[in-house]
Amino acid sequence: MAGLSAQQRARAQQRLRWELLVKLVRKDLKVKYQGSVLGFLWSLANPLFLLLVYTFVFQVVLKTGIPLFGFYLLSGLLIWNAFAGAVGSASGAAVGNAGLIKKVRFPLAVLPLSTVSFAMVHFVLQLGVLLLAMLVSGHASFVGPQLLLVVPAVTVALLFTIALSFLVAALNVRWRDTQHVVEIALMAGFWVNPIVYSVSLVRTELAGHGLFWAYFLNPMAGVVTAMQRALYAQDAVLPNGSRVLADDGYRFYLEKLGVGGLVSLALLALGLWAYRRLSADFAEEL
Amino acid sequence: MADSTGGVALRANGVSKIFRGQRATSFKEHLLRRGGRADAGFPALRDITVEIEAGHTVGLIGPNGSGKSTLLKVLAGILRPTSGEVAAYGRIASLLELGAGFNGELSGRDNVFLNASLLGLSHRETERMFDSIVAFSELEEFIDNPVKHYSSGMYVRLGFSVAVHVDPDILLVDEVLAVGDEGFAKKCLDKIAEFQADGRTILFVSHALDLVEQICDRALVLEHGRLVFDGDPEFATGTLRAMLGTARPAAVPAEPAEPRLLFSRITVGDVPGEERAEFTAGDKVAVRAVLQVASDAAGLLGAVVVVIMGAGGHPIWVMRADRDRLPATGGEWALDFTVHDCPPLHGAFVVAVRVDDAEGNPVAVGQTRDAFWVRSGQEVGLLNVPYEVTVRVGGSAQ
Repeated sequence: MAGLSAQQRARAQQRLRWELLVKLVRKDLKVKYQGSVLGFLWSLANPLFLLLVYTFVFQVVLKTGIPLFGFYLLSGLLIWNAFAGAVGSASGAAVGNAGLIKKVRFPLAVLPLSTVSFAMVHFVLQLGVLLLAMLVSGHASFVGPQLLLVVPAVTVALLFTIALSFLVAALNVRWRDTQHVVEIALMAGFWVNPIVYSVSLVRTELAGHGLFWAYFLNPMAGVVTAMQRALYAQDAVLPNGSRVLADDGYRFYLEKLGVGGLVSLALLALGLWAYRRLSADFAEEL
Repeated sequence: MADSTGGVALRANGVSKIFRGQRATSFKEHLLRRGGRADAGFPALRDITVEIEAGHTVGLIGPNGSGKSTLLKVLAGILRPTSGEVAAYGRIASLLELGAGFNGELSGRDNVFLNASLLGLSHRETERMFDSIVAFSELEEFIDNPVKHYSSGMYVRLGFSVAVHVDPDILLVDEVLAVGDEGFAKKCLDKIAEFQADGRTILFVSHALDLVEQICDRALVLEHGRLVFDGDPEFATGTLRAMLGTARPAAVPAEPAEPRLLFSRITVGDVPGEERAEFTAGDKVAVRAVLQVASDAAGLLGAVVVVIMGAGGHPIWVMRADRDRLPATGGEWALDFTVHDCPPLHGAFVVAVRVDDAEGNPVAVGQTRDAFWVRSGQEVGLLNVPYEVTVRVGGSAQ
């Protein structure tokens, strides 16, 4: 019995284990890409397609005038997609695994964590492809100290994603409306965050009322702008005279990420509390 | 498993489980139902207290809907009890209903690894066990096929195989041995015997009462969510058979029903016509039989006989109302048999009522569907008999 007492063995069965998380993520990857010829390449299709559509709409039709719009868009879009993908599928994480929850006792917290990990795996690979594409096309502007902003930005994004994933996974078992609310909120969120437009447009609108700070109570706003500073990194000027990036220093971004981080931590506490409370009855509710 | 005998493996303390009735699962329903929230819920388990020592094989039996599977799920930690506490000491492997939460899209191989990981095994441990898991399930040829193409027998074989190979201290099994073919059932029983020899704890739900008598050293009987018997397996199965009315009715030959004679109701309670499920010695027990008797049949009947039957359908005592007590006219007859001082019995009992003709031949038989329970303080044994003990050493009384 490997020298473990019965009680230790009982506890080990309830502990959140890294290996179990990895197994679940690999299962999800396998189920998703099984039987498709291109397999993982499909995960690149979605951002590429969006790139085509938005470039057409915002460069050709609306003429926003952001230089190298494709790189600007992807700088913010990839992390947003990771967030939205994780939270969107987390709402079905418990409901979709009903068969498992009702028959096997395992640490239930692994379910929302696996949808977050699944999305993050895709994010990391897509980010690699983006950086490679920038290098190959001769736009190596991201090489520089500002690239380090990726670390706090992704950390805050991860906290926020995990917090909301726990929350919606638990709430959706009790109220199946949750997934519909999440779907709509994520769609709105895409446009609320400065992904396809420059954050300086928001500043022009809100700064006059002294409300620009409130915009960053949404952690993803800070994350997206910081990612643009880190990856796009070009201090380009828009036709109306304002700059594409919010700021060309670091402090602005670290402050906003700090605010977002605090909001995320508060939500994480709420999400974990709700999940712990509601997950005890998952097997009955499902 | 050296430390496994003697200690407690599973414990339930005052466990009740009330399944909430239909609850609103959408905001809309939630709002609409706010006025009339009447659903009290369904009590599946009522105040169950039981301790299972490590190394024992315990059968969990009872009629359908008596709460067996619910108790197993509560003990497995899958369902949370509404009140009371459960504790398990050791690694649990549970095999509930069909399958073990396999993903249909994945191959048998992937499912084995995933399932073992969920049950608490590391990848390396699973790799070591993998060949014997597959060999035990006899699915070598199919192990790389998606399990959605498996038959239900194959599904159960793989599930059982994983469950017994994850080195559990406690195995919880819910009526799965019935699904495989005879050869596999034999293998499962051998594995269970091996587990018993290793000193592991097994709790299993079964409707195969012979199997329970054969392999368990203890059995629990549930009825309507209550633990009505805990002890010797043979007595347990006898109790259940009496409840189900499947015991050979030794005292009551089943005769074709007499169309002019219908039983409307047989009740057992402390007041005639009321129903009560539990009694203790000294209580008043009132049996009421209500019969519809056609007017041309009334004069032909010789006696109404009430038989109280215990485990195995054995008659415990008989009460009769003879010709001179029966009405001469037809209609609805209500016969009350009252025992003012219930004897010190222990067990579940059912009531059979037989109507005889003037020659003493049975013409109709009725029986209570639910057993009633009498408790008189003793753990085991039909009767609580007062006695005295004298012990002598070397011929002189101590």
